[in-house]
Amino acid sequence: MAKIAYQKLHTHRPHYWGVIALNAVILAAGLGAAYYMEHRGHIVTGMNNQVVWGMPHVFAVFLIVAASGALNIASVSSVFNRAEYKPYARLSGVLAIALLIGGLAVLVLDLGRPDRLIVAMTTYNFKSIFAWNIFLYVGFLVIVAAYLFVMMDSYASRSNLAAKAVGGLAFGWRLVLTTGTGSIFGWLVAREAYDAAIMAPLFIAASLLYGTAFTVLALMLMGQAMRQRLMSDEMAGRLRGLMAIFALAVLYVTAVHHLTKLYASERHGIERFLLLDGGIYTVLFWVGQILIGGILPLAILAAPRLGHGRTAIGVAAGLFLIGGLAQMYVIIIGGQAFPLILFPGMQVTSSFFDGQVATYRASLPEILLGLSGLSIAVLVIGFAVKLLPFLPQPAR
Amino acid sequence: MSCGSKSGAGCASGKGCGCAGGQTVDAARRDFLHGAAASAVTLLAAGVTLYSFGPAPAAARAPGERASSSVRYGLLIDAAKCGDGCNECVTACQTENGWRDSGHPQTDAQWIRKLTVKNPKNGATFSLPMMCQHCTDAPCVDVCPTGASFRRADGIVLVDKHTCIGCRYCMMACPYKARSFVHEPLTDQKAHAPRGKGTVESCTLCVHRVDAGRIPACVEACNDTGGGAMLFGDLNDPNSEIAKRIATYRTTRIRADLGCDPGVYYRNI
Repeated sequence: MAKIAYQKLHTHRPHYWGVIALNAVILAAGLGAAYYMEHRGHIVTGMNNQVVWGMPHVFAVFLIVAASGALNIASVSSVFNRAEYKPYARLSGVLAIALLIGGLAVLVLDLGRPDRLIVAMTTYNFKSIFAWNIFLYVGFLVIVAAYLFVMMDSYASRSNLAAKAVGGLAFGWRLVLTTGTGSIFGWLVAREAYDAAIMAPLFIAASLLYGTAFTVLALMLMGQAMRQRLMSDEMAGRLRGLMAIFALAVLYVTAVHHLTKLYASERHGIERFLLLDGGIYTVLFWVGQILIGGILPLAILAAPRLGHGRTAIGVAAGLFLIGGLAQMYVIIIGGQAFPLILFPGMQVTSSFFDGQVATYRASLPEILLGLSGLSIAVLVIGFAVKLLPFLPQPAR
Repeated sequence: MSCGSKSGAGCASGKGCGCAGGQTVDAARRDFLHGAAASAVTLLAAGVTLYSFGPAPAAARAPGERASSSVRYGLLIDAAKCGDGCNECVTACQTENGWRDSGHPQTDAQWIRKLTVKNPKNGATFSLPMMCQHCTDAPCVDVCPTGASFRRADGIVLVDKHTCIGCRYCMMACPYKARSFVHEPLTDQKAHAPRGKGTVESCTLCVHRVDAGRIPACVEACNDTGGGAMLFGDLNDPNSEIAKRIATYRTTRIRADLGCDPGVYYRNI
């Protein structure tokens, strides 16, 4: 088999530096917001004692879930021996690392005591799925870094065996990682919106979709910056098909999740809230996740002529990601906004807002912190491709 | 030290519960003598006093003595005696532990709150205090990544203020909405009830009082000036008043279906 050539980001349009500068500004604003939140307390956010996880968690979980899925292309090439994906495997790996670093940074900076990160890294309760996730995230970074090494090192890459072994480990690890992330919610027995084993496969399906969509956008935007076609027509077609399959999987698992809850009378309240009269959450579910993030991009990809164009594939990828953010917002914020049921069938009131749908409006610092996670990912990718040959050669 | 720290009268788990300052030995001795005197009065006045004020709990722990797993502290709350407009337990908890209304109801901490529960079918209502239910299998303890949420051997669930990172996962997990996050800088804290911006807190069952042989402030206030609806004691001691009443009357634990084995029992709900 011919040796595959890769390239660094050598020459590019001037707007590359504009994108880097813009993201550096957003990152600085996000860090400033984190300092402000840490200094003044979470009173400056929209979070409260009812909605304890806000916009930063929406971005953080979205990026962490996407990170796992971004490794798709590398997994397909190494684990499933599909040589046509190999030129894109390195970018896939570095994208996974970048997205995970972005998500974790937001998660840590939103802690009430981010200065105690060392406590979180050294003091564990091994019954906590959160504690397991710390190991899963750090382990993922180490394994994907090793995976990149065996793919890129001139000695290690002579044989496919090392890449296949480490790639297999990374593939298994990422499935466990996303299972862990979904289970952070799925194992919450007291909350009506969660308490469901299906949240783990739901997050896995979502990770496959978000990660592939990020890969498509990264390839297209890098190619645009370099004035090259980094994605062959054949690969564009494959990625189009993968995104469509993953989007259908997300829709299917989402439908099963809600139908299961709808069958149980005790869950009618939360389902009515999310699907029918939950205001912003209902709108974000139907319009954000299902329409903009599901049906519309699927229709674009399925359109006989339009769906095969690169622009259409890029637009669809963007829509899938917008839908993903809406999905995370509904799951994380909507799930908390619905009141805890202390006395089923009874009306409960208190000065602590028992029995009421919680109010939440994200504040500017929260939004900046969340966006800065995305910017961290962009900056990591932006500099990584300049330093090392992660990018494929132009497609013929 | 009344509530136990790593160096002092340790919590049985071996953790500090975050006391900023401890009582002196003399103060502890004084509290012990008070407790002993109260016990003597209780014994002398027999039944009437027992029912009116509730029994004193187990004797105060000596400095250095670990919490005992033979004890399971808990509460019995009679909703029939809990007045709808009465807030004595809440006010007493605020005074005792130093949390207060800062004008931000969405973010202010509430260690204990009054619930009004109404049956929409017939309009029947009842009222009850809600606080940490001090579960045996506490979800907050299970999910805490650092182990800052912990359960003492005697059943009291606490937050170690030194290792809480403010992730708020315990608040997501608690079925009772019993926990609060400190959203703002704090001033004028009580030495026996340390709090901290960016950490999570909840009812401590007045662990500092219990360790000194006293009953929680909410129970004391309810019996002194409220409806006498609350009883504190050792659920494991078959001769304790609380255990006898639970054995005699039909009681309910909120969300018992979750299997967390709460330490707070309710009557007439």
